[in-house]
Order: sequence, then C-alpha cells, then structure tokens
Amino acid sequence: MRQERVPIVIVVPAAIGAAFFIVPLVGLIVRSPWGDAITALTAPETLEALKLSVIASLSATAVALVLGVPLAWVYARVTFPGRDLLRALTTLPMVLPPVVGGIALLLAFGRRGLLGAWLNSTFGITFPFTTVGVVMAETFVAMPFLILTVEAGLRSMDRRYEEAARALGANRWRVFTRVTLPLIAPSLFAGSVLCWARALGEFGATITFAGNFPGVTQTMPLAVYLLLETNQEASFILSLVLLLVSLVVLVGLKDRWLGSA
Amino acid sequence: MSLDASIRLALGPLDLDMAVTVEEGEVVALLGPNGAGKTTLLRAIAGLVPFRSGHVRMDGKVLEDTATRQYVPTERRPIGFVFQDYLLFPHLSVLENVAFGLRSRGISRQAAADRAARWLDRVGLQGYAGSRPAELSGGQRQRVALARALAPDPRLLLLDEPLAALDATTRAEVRRDLKRHLESFDGIRLVVTHDPLEAVALADRLVVMENGHLVQSGTPAEVTEHPRSQYVADLVGVNLLRGAAEQGSVKLASGHVIAAAGAELGDVFVVVHPRAVAIHRTHPEGSPRNVWSGRAQSIEMMGNRVRVRIDGVVPLVAEVTPAALRELNLVEGGEVWISFKATDVGVYPA
Repeated sequence: MRQERVPIVIVVPAAIGAAFFIVPLVGLIVRSPWGDAITALTAPETLEALKLSVIASLSATAVALVLGVPLAWVYARVTFPGRDLLRALTTLPMVLPPVVGGIALLLAFGRRGLLGAWLNSTFGITFPFTTVGVVMAETFVAMPFLILTVEAGLRSMDRRYEEAARALGANRWRVFTRVTLPLIAPSLFAGSVLCWARALGEFGATITFAGNFPGVTQTMPLAVYLLLETNQEASFILSLVLLLVSLVVLVGLKDRWLGSA
Repeated sequence: MSLDASIRLALGPLDLDMAVTVEEGEVVALLGPNGAGKTTLLRAIAGLVPFRSGHVRMDGKVLEDTATRQYVPTERRPIGFVFQDYLLFPHLSVLENVAFGLRSRGISRQAAADRAARWLDRVGLQGYAGSRPAELSGGQRQRVALARALAPDPRLLLLDEPLAALDATTRAEVRRDLKRHLESFDGIRLVVTHDPLEAVALADRLVVMENGHLVQSGTPAEVTEHPRSQYVADLVGVNLLRGAAEQGSVKLASGHVIAAAGAELGDVFVVVHPRAVAIHRTHPEGSPRNVWSGRAQSIEMMGNRVRVRIDGVVPLVAEVTPAALRELNLVEGGEVWISFKATDVGVYPA
C-alpha cells in the first residue's frame, strides 16, 4: 500500500514531542549506576519501601474495587438529581494536585479533622502517618480511574444479557455476579490496573497525609525523592524500577484499554 | 391453563394497546411489521417492560396488575424466553448456558449439569457441552437458546423472532425442529414474528398487530382469506379495498364504485386477487363489470409470473404470465385497460 507523504510541518513538531518524552527516559537508563544496581536494590530501606509500596497499592486497589464498582454501577444505572455533580466530585482527584488531596484528607480524617476528631475520641483511631493512611491517600487519588473505567464498561455492555438472566430466574445478585461482572471483566481489569499503577506512583497526597516514615509510610516514590538528596545513584535505580513497572502495565494494557491501532 | 394479557403502554413512538390470550394447547403467533410493538408486548408479558395499565395473568394467577399494584418480578415468573439474537452468555460454555436457569432456581450444580446435558441431547447438541456460544453456527445457537429456555420447565414459552437471525437455508431446517419442540412442550406458547411463513408454519392462531394495536386474529386460513389490513393483504399478495356495500356493488372512499357479486350492506372489505385482474391494451369488450384504464407503474418478475402495479382510478396489482406480458408489449408507464368480473370480488364485513 502506498503511504501518504507526511508534511514536514507535522513531522518536526511530532519528532520534538516524542523526543521530549524519550530523552529523559534514556537519561535515566544511561546515567543509572548499573554497577551499584544490586546494592541499591537490595538495601534494607529499599526493600522496605518496595514492600510497603506493593502492599499499599494492592490494598488501595482492593478498596477501590469494593467501593468503586458499586459507585460506578450507581452512576451507570441509577438516575438521580445531582448525579453529574457527584460524579464530578469523585472524579476531582484525577485533576486535583495530589498535595491538595492530602490536605483535604488531613482536614477530614486528621486527628482534629471533621471525622478524624470523632474517630479519635470515640474509638482511638488515627489515620494520618500510618500505613492505613497511605492506603487512604492512594485510594483517594487512584479510585477515580477505576470508577470511570468501570462505569464506561457498564454503559457499553449489552444490558439485554441481564434481562436474559432474569428471565432465567436469576435474582439481582446472581445477575450481577454471574452476568454483569463477567461481561465487564475487561473494564474491571483495565480499571484495576490503572488504579493500581496510579496508586503505586502516588506521592503528593501520601507525603502530605501519611508522612514519610521508613517502614510505615515511606513508599517507593517517597524513597526515591528522599534518596535524591542523600544518594542520587540509588534514586536513579529506584526510578528506573518504577519506570519499568509502569511500562509493563502500559504495554500490557495496550489492547484492552488504550485501543489497539 | 392459559395466558391472559391486556397491556397499555407508551414507549417512544409506540402507543401500545393490546390484549392477547393464549389457551392451553395452542401456539399463538404475534405477527406484524417491524415497529408494531410485538417485542415490547412480549417483554411486557415477561415483566421486563413496565406498563401504564393492564394485567398479565397465567393459569388464573396474577403476574402483574396495575389496578391492584401486583407485580411478580421477571425472575419469579414461570417463563422461558428465547430472545431474537438468543443472548447466549458469551463467557459461559454451552452447558453452563443451558444450566443457568436451573442453577438460578436453586438446583444443585451436579443435578443442573445432568439436566442441561439431557437437554443438549434433545436438541441434538451432545458433544458441544464445552463449546463457547461463539464457536457455534447460527442454527446451533438457536437450539441452545431453546434448550436454555426450556430446561427450567417453564409454564409459558415466549419466543421473539426465533428464526430471524438465521440465513434462508438454515431457517427451513431449524423451523422444522422448532415446530417439533414447540409441539412437545406442554405449556403456553407465544411466538413473535414478522415472517408470515414462519407464523403459518408454527402457529395454530395468528394475532396480527400494527402500530401497537390488534388488527385481526384467527387461524392462518381465516387471516389469509379475509385480510383486514393492508399489511396482511400485502403479505398474502392480494388487493385490499374498503368501502360501503350496496346490493351488488361497493362504493369506495374515493367515490369509485366496484361491482361485487356478494356485496350486501354496510362497511366492507373488498379483496381482488391479482390473478383475477386482466390487462388489455384497448378497451375490452365482454362481460366483466369492472373496467377502467390506468398506467403500468411497475412491472416485477415473481418466478413464473409477472406482477404489474397499475395506477388508475383504483390502484391495483394484476398478475399475468410472462408470455401474456410479451403479447401485450407492455412497458412501465404504458397505458392499459384492466378488467375483472364481479364474481371474482370477495366481500366481507369490516
């Protein structure tokens, strides 16, 4: 097939645009002290941060699934006044500076926060500067990705399958678990992975709400940032690890969510 | 044992007001053009579409009644529903699809699988238990849909255009099988179709609806012999007119008078079979009482016959042989005379 000649006024800015992304990544790879990679990666604080990151991001994804799927279902299936406003509010963290999210969380769940004060005085529960706080911060920032993806999946699925299930005697729970969820499995999967990747990279809300305590709230991005001050080479290596994880997720999702060309 | 449904609802452009009863032992076909509201009526009977007023009763039990605000949800109605494009669950195997209704009704996994397997045998799909619906042909999918609907032993079987998704060659074969399964099912059977052939082949009684309303109902013979709407007349292929009868003639709304041997008094339908309409190039001599001129609007080959649509004082379709057409040297737009005998005109009260 004859390929159309691409105009030069397109090619040049396009190439610059691409380079803008690629050069920093190349820089990360080229400047990383590969010789010290093993040492940096197996340092106890690195492993601790890595472990915490994995646990917190997976927990955040689990929480997002439990709370976000029903919310997405409500958005897709129930009409009620203020639905659009509510959807906008729960989508806000996608565009909000994460630091602002962290402050908002502090004002709500902090020791003297709206709910936090009561939780603290009644049950003695505090969230800020705990691992639970990390999970909360990550969920806050990452759950909108899951909600939006799942809502889109619910809207685009053929609802007549649910009717077919009802006509076969399935109650609402069975329709939901045996028909609806399997049919939106691709959206569920894509939403979970996006949510998890966003949670894994979370920095601003986490450091604001949960702080930066090694072993308790210091996740990988926080460790990278801290190492930049003390041990630049190690921070490069850890950055590279986060980069690879993101890349794997993106490539794996290509067909499912970003649409294969 | 019977189904008695009376449903009024408005849905988009559709204004539906229909009453249907299906008696024990009969297969009823809801026949009508696209958009007539057949599927909506079927879905309302299943409880999938809310209606403004009316009721659905089965075997004397109320499934839904707007007057008493009773409503049995779809999942608790004793129905089997075969959807137009079957809606087999794509993520489940054929066996799991057929077992779905049994499992939904609380039957154990093993018992449900056994019964589903027997149903697959009955519809001739043993060996496909583990297949996905996507791996089956259209005819096979239709049979899975039927087995899935019948497996939970419903009292009422609703089929929405069960053969519409099939190509012509498979359709005849699947229709035969479907007829056999419908006969062996001893519940109430209601089939929706827009295909008269399918309706006549499957049903004991036709209920013809148009624009959400009943047009006529009766056995296939009654309906085809005495069409009561342009839709049915077109399906049967006859000319249908309507007018006021007056001892041997019928005055049409256009003012034109047709001589009709059987006409008595009152509002009547007039049927003229295209075969009874003769075409001439000049004013014909002879006995036919109905003679007028017109233009051949369209000429269509239909197998070994030619249908000529003639635009005159009363537009009619005439059917002639290709040889006759050649002899007449007729082309579209050509000036012709037509004639038919008063004794060839069927008249019955509207």
